[in-house]
This record gives sequence, C-alpha cells and structure tokens, in this order.
Amino acid sequence: MPINQDTVRRVAHLARIRVDEDALPALAGDFNAILGFIDELKEVDIEGVEPMVSVTPMRLKRRADQVTDGDRREQVLANAPDAREGFFVVPKVVE
Amino acid sequence: MAEANRLTIADARDRLRARDISAVELTETCLNAIGDAGALGAFVHQTPEIALEQAKAADARLAGGDAPAMCGIPLGVKDLFCTRGVPSQAASRILEGFRPDYESTVTRNLWDAGAVMLGKLNMDEFAMGSSNETSCYGPAVNPWRRAGDETGLTPGGSSGGSAAAVAADLCLGATGTDTGGSIRQPAAFTGITGIKPTYGRCSRWGIVAFASSLDQAGALTKSVRDAAIMLEAMCGHDPKDSTSADLPVPCFEAALDGDIRGRKIGIPRQYRMDGMPEEIERLWATGAEMMRDAGAKVVDISLPHTGYALPAYYVIAPAEASANLARYDGVRYGHRAALAEGEGIGDLYEKTRAEGFGPEVRRRVMIGAYVLSAGFYDAYYNRARKVRALIARDFEAAFADGVEAILTPTTPSAAFGLGEMQNADPVRMYLNDVFTVTVNLAGLPAVSVPAGLDGAGLPLGLQLIGRPWNEGALLNAAHVLEKATGFVSKPARWW
Repeated sequence: MPINQDTVRRVAHLARIRVDEDALPALAGDFNAILGFIDELKEVDIEGVEPMVSVTPMRLKRRADQVTDGDRREQVLANAPDAREGFFVVPKVVE
Repeated sequence: MAEANRLTIADARDRLRARDISAVELTETCLNAIGDAGALGAFVHQTPEIALEQAKAADARLAGGDAPAMCGIPLGVKDLFCTRGVPSQAASRILEGFRPDYESTVTRNLWDAGAVMLGKLNMDEFAMGSSNETSCYGPAVNPWRRAGDETGLTPGGSSGGSAAAVAADLCLGATGTDTGGSIRQPAAFTGITGIKPTYGRCSRWGIVAFASSLDQAGALTKSVRDAAIMLEAMCGHDPKDSTSADLPVPCFEAALDGDIRGRKIGIPRQYRMDGMPEEIERLWATGAEMMRDAGAKVVDISLPHTGYALPAYYVIAPAEASANLARYDGVRYGHRAALAEGEGIGDLYEKTRAEGFGPEVRRRVMIGAYVLSAGFYDAYYNRARKVRALIARDFEAAFADGVEAILTPTTPSAAFGLGEMQNADPVRMYLNDVFTVTVNLAGLPAVSVPAGLDGAGLPLGLQLIGRPWNEGALLNAAHVLEKATGFVSKPARWW
C-alpha cells in the first residue's frame, strides 16, 4: 500500500511539522520503506491476544489528590522564548 | 597521580577510601583528559565548576569516613538527563538554550551518593539513532579504529558520547538510556560494559522522554563490577514516576560471587540469523562454551516471535515519540521560529518543529502520527502491541522453564564507519537493534559485555538477558563471562 505525496502532506500536518513540497517525494520513499518493513507484522497470528499496555504487571500507584507543589511562576517561565508580565506570549490565537 | 582517569570505579572507590588519592585530584585528571579529547566529540557541555565543587564535598565526606561507593567518582551524563542549571537538550536544536530548573531523579541519586558530574555527553537526537550521527552537535567518534586505517568509526548510539567517553577514559562511568539498545550497542562497539535494568528500576523522571513504555536509564562502565556499583546508586523507587517500581534495590555487587554452577543459560535459536558474520557466530559459540566450563547448563531455547520485534518496535516507539514530542511547540521552552507578517499560531508550531527537529526525528514523529491516525490505529498500533505481548510471552515461557539468563550477540556487526549508512534506507540502520530491541519490548534487564576483537581489531560484545528484577544474578553471569573472556584491550590513543 504505497504512500503517496498527499498522505505525507496530511501526516506532516497532523504532526505539525512543515514540509516543503519538494521534500515530499523523498519522504514518501522513506515512509514506504519503513511501512513495508512494519507490514511483516501482518504475518503474525494475533487472534485472542490482548494488546500489551504495561510491561510490568503492576497496578499504577494512587496518591491523595492534594496540591503539593506550585507557586513557581518565575521558574516555569524561565525558559520561555517569549514571556511578559508573568505569561507565555504567543501570536494572536483568537480573532 | 597520573592516569587516575584510567581506574575502574571499584579501584577508585578503594583508593579514595584509603585516601590514596583525593576526589579533587581524580576529577582534575578526568577534566584534563576531556580537554585533550575534543576530537572524540564525546562531551558537549563541560561543567568543571560543578565537578570541582562536588569533588571537594566528596573529599570532606571521605575524610569523615561516611562515603558511599560512588563518592568522589567522576561521571559523564547523557544529554537526555535534565541537570539543574546545565544545558540539557537531548542533542536537539529544539532544546537549544534550555536549562532545567530541576534535576532528574537518577542524576539526583548519583549526586546524593557523592558522585561528580564532569559534563553532558553526546547522543543521537532525542535518543533516536544507532550511530550518534543524528546529534545536533555532530557525531561522537569511536576511540577505536580498524587496524592500519584512520577511518572515523561510530561509537554506536544513541548513548554514543557515553560509550566513547568511558572507552577513552575521560570519565570512570557514564549514564545512558536504552529504548531499543541504546546502551548495549554502543557498549559493544567500544569494548565496555553497558547495562539496562528492568523497566521500572530507574525512575524516568527528569529524563527527556522518547518512548515512555520502553525508555530505561542504565550505566556504561569499564567492568561488570562497576556496572553493579553504579547501577545500584541510580536505582530506587520514585513517587514522581508512576511506573517506577516500589521494590527494594538489592546490593548488586554482593551478587558477584562468580558461581553459576547448575544455572540454566538459554541460547535462542532464532537469533542465529542469515548473513550473520562468522566472527560473531564464533564469538557467541565461545561465550556459550565459557558458560558451560563455568558449570552452567547451556540449553537451546526458542523465542519464536523474535523476528517481529523490530517491526513492532518501529510502530510502538514512533507512536509514543509522536505523543511525547508534541510538547515541543516553541511556546514554553527551547527554539521558536521567527514568524512572517500575518503568520499565526499554527505556523509557529509547524515552523518551529521543522527547524528544531532533525530529519530522523521528523521522520519518526510523522510515522508515529501515521500509525496512530484514524483508520490505521488498529492495523498498526494495536497489532504491534499484540505482537509485543507475544514477544514478552516467549521470554516468560523460557524463564518458566528455569532459564536464568539468555546469551546472544549484542550487535550483528562491529562498529561501522561514520557516514557509511548515509545513503542507505532508514531500515538498514534500524537493523542494528535486532538483538537488543526484544529486551525493551519485554521490559527485561540485559547487559553487554566486551568479549573479543574482530579481524580488524574492533571490539565485539555478547549480551546476557535476565529475568525481571533479577539484575544481581544477571550481573553475576556477566561477571563470569567477563572473567572467562579476559577482555582487557583498550583503544590505541590517536586523539
């Protein structure tokens, strides 16, 4: 099931990665090689097998629903590419 | 003391405790070695001030007679670990300038035990790669070269900087992470020991996530004993990682009694692949013979789904990566693309990620988005998770038959040349992980031990895979193998 350039364009958008039009053919080639390899999975009889969700059969820990951390605005913003007056700054989102 | 950087952790520990050498002296020797080894591209951020401060504190602790095994031991840290106030960018452009305000649990455990941080180590971008060539810093270089040949070789990946640094004696040990073989393959390529513990032994908190159900931290060291000492200091339950195991961590070093008489060692027949170099086949047979000579019962076992491990991995790992890497959006940290007039938030995301991620990361994130997308989720992602369950069952069946450890080659070849795979299709590079990736899918502990040299004089490794939570017995078997192979070769210095 070969992947065409339209599919690559759509997947790139899903992944929020800009891909130039002239890069699409090479990417489609890579994807087809990888998916061809992945297609070997179709040979496996998986009838009645539950998908694995956790490698170790452990119940996830539970904890009390309490606030134990916070009030760290400066630390949270310290690595922001653009922060002003205690907020992250982004381009206009709502018209 | 000259050449103290060449010591093992165990020897350094004894000499530090005997006050035969100080932690500051040992640290300075390593810093000098790092300064002379720029050609290896191993250290990408050096932290000499932190190192010397920690070394002084370690000396005070040693003088007080209260020093854990790792006290005063200089280490390198893979760039994937967040270290407070120090660049931690997963070898990616997208995390350029990022300085976390917190410390990963694993490195915190090491510093609490008195270890010394020399700096951050090169790696494949976001740990995606098997040759360290996807790094934004440029590749790390293997200290080993083929006899009579100056071609630059890969130290493997993704923990390539860690492996190169330990093999070249720039540090006594290094942290690594292993999602599909990223500790064991570089260890094999550089003639050192590398251990990945059971999934859940080490906290993943503060380690930049690649594929959360597969990622596990571990140690790259100069000996099996060192691996036991360092790993023990890294492990332990952490409430900040919900998958971290609430189990006591035994003393791994105490398990190294060298006695494997009567223990069952499995040789999986499916690992004997077509086209496997004869040297590797021979090394494997010799390893099995050595285990037999040590009194182990070497048995043929079957892991029937082995051949499907790599395809399953290349669905599951990219799927998890595409979710984990969604956080890099140019808003909260790291790189942000410049926008043209009229461009909005969607352009910000798409341009930032196109500029910030390298080609291999972009490829994997997109493959992940594809296998998770509507219409393909069952055909790819769910199918891969079912195959993963079958792979884990294969191991469970072997262990239920009394097998204590499984012996395999670590890699299908010795280290290859930098750039050699450049024009190959991506799947060829993925084949590097063929013997290691099953272990991550099943969450098992495994260790690579240097076992010999190939015809060109390059190191080759053997892998031992253990039962879950049984790192002690695994390391003991590795210790026996290490003694039997008597591997002591070091790369001839050219850098």
